[in-house]
Amino acid sequence: MAKITYIQHSGAEDTIDVAPGLSVMEGAVKNNVPGIDADCGGAAACATCHVYVDESWLERTGARTTMEEAMLEFAEAVEPNSRLACQIKVSDVLNGLVVRLPENQH
Amino acid sequence: MADGTNPAADARARAFSMPLEDINLTDVALWSSHTILPYFERLRAEDPVHYHPAGQHRDGAYWSVTRFNDIVVVDTNHEAFSSEPSITLDDPSDVVLPMFIAMDPPKHDAQRKVVSPIVSPHNLHEMEPLIRSRIQKTLDELPIGEAFDWVDKVSVELTGQMLATLFDFPFEDRRKLTYWSDVSVAEPPDGVLVEEHMAFFNQVMGECVEYFTRLWNERVNAPPRGDLISMMAHGESTKNMSPEEFLGNLILLIVGGNDTTRNTMSGSILALDRNPDERAKLYANPGLIPSMVSETIRWQTPLSYMRRTATRDFELEGKTIRAGEKVAMWYLSGNRDETVIERPNDYWIDRPNVRHHLSFGFGIHRCVGNRLAELQLKILWEEILARFPEINVVEEPTRVPNSFIHGYSEMKVVIPRRF
Repeated sequence: MAKITYIQHSGAEDTIDVAPGLSVMEGAVKNNVPGIDADCGGAAACATCHVYVDESWLERTGARTTMEEAMLEFAEAVEPNSRLACQIKVSDVLNGLVVRLPENQH
Repeated sequence: MADGTNPAADARARAFSMPLEDINLTDVALWSSHTILPYFERLRAEDPVHYHPAGQHRDGAYWSVTRFNDIVVVDTNHEAFSSEPSITLDDPSDVVLPMFIAMDPPKHDAQRKVVSPIVSPHNLHEMEPLIRSRIQKTLDELPIGEAFDWVDKVSVELTGQMLATLFDFPFEDRRKLTYWSDVSVAEPPDGVLVEEHMAFFNQVMGECVEYFTRLWNERVNAPPRGDLISMMAHGESTKNMSPEEFLGNLILLIVGGNDTTRNTMSGSILALDRNPDERAKLYANPGLIPSMVSETIRWQTPLSYMRRTATRDFELEGKTIRAGEKVAMWYLSGNRDETVIERPNDYWIDRPNVRHHLSFGFGIHRCVGNRLAELQLKILWEEILARFPEINVVEEPTRVPNSFIHGYSEMKVVIPRRF
């Protein structure tokens, strides 16, 4: 299990044990963490699981995929540390990961 | 047996007994009679990537993709499946109207970004009080205890008002927007020659472009403002558009904001009328409105399909789609796919994963106005729940004879009383 902390735009925090192999998006959705819509179900095709990865974790979460890059082009309030949570695969390496949620999934 | 006593069962029997190669999904009679769904059910089961030979659709052969997950594959692969030259099965004829929905990157990206700020979260927040006050006024003026057409008095009215606001279009002329939108997507009526229809289309679109050119000229000479015309007139990627491209993008924004939301508004009335248990659930718990809105958008699927054109040979479900061939992604069918959506034919306002539907498309062409659409529907239902204990559909609605626009031209309702 990897502990992942989701911080809402309001500041509220949820720390969840997520099984390796799931995505950071699935970790949130399966545990009813609000603020991640995930309309497309994990295909990097809707940009409604937008998160900001805490700077210190950026290297370990890896690079954006091509499709993810294309979808983030049209998302709202995108920053250099923006990712689609469905494209970050959870493993032991990500134990302790912190992601922040945007004000809206748009 | 087809004995005429159960039209729905007869339609289903017909859909399942005819030879596969005779299935013609663009036959408008199947749409106006609302008998299309069993054909999709059969294709999903028996031939999910189905080839329609030339002779069915007026512009030639095409493929139908009918399963949810196959549609996602096509929709998200914009390199293998181009949106050019058109996102409907009609090929551009002498009138080519370039619009960013029917463009590939990088031009699509640049033009979409010019207009997308109008539906930013900030802008939606700013617009909410205006949308609400107009909905309140429109609902307050509805007759009580007598039949009226919900499509005309509410759905068309509210979407027309919204469009007029987005374009900062003269408010008293707002029905012109609806008219232009309707004409731009209409099928040639029975008995009217395609050439005649095209002449009529060109004439009406000419009026549209003339009107908007006047507005463009006003806005281009004034400081930038927050309406769509001003945004395009001052946007780096749009300010030098040709007249055809200007008209194309106008039609895109008008149709995108008109038919879709209009038919979902009407669809919500029909769905809740046909499903009294769901209606009771909603009235008992208005917190279900956002979920009900998503479910209605799935159930209605106001645009039945989007077309792509293969840029290279592509294997899907054991079939080879060849470079240059047309592909219709039938969102309406994917949204009824029993392998992805539980009890897909049921209207179930608090279903699990209610947002997991195809109606907005997936990938880079995903509906830019989806949050505005949801907002309008949400406010409409908050205000209905505050006023009317019930809205009853009193006649079978009239459906639009069109395989692209999935909606209603008339829906007679009665509101018996106010709260």
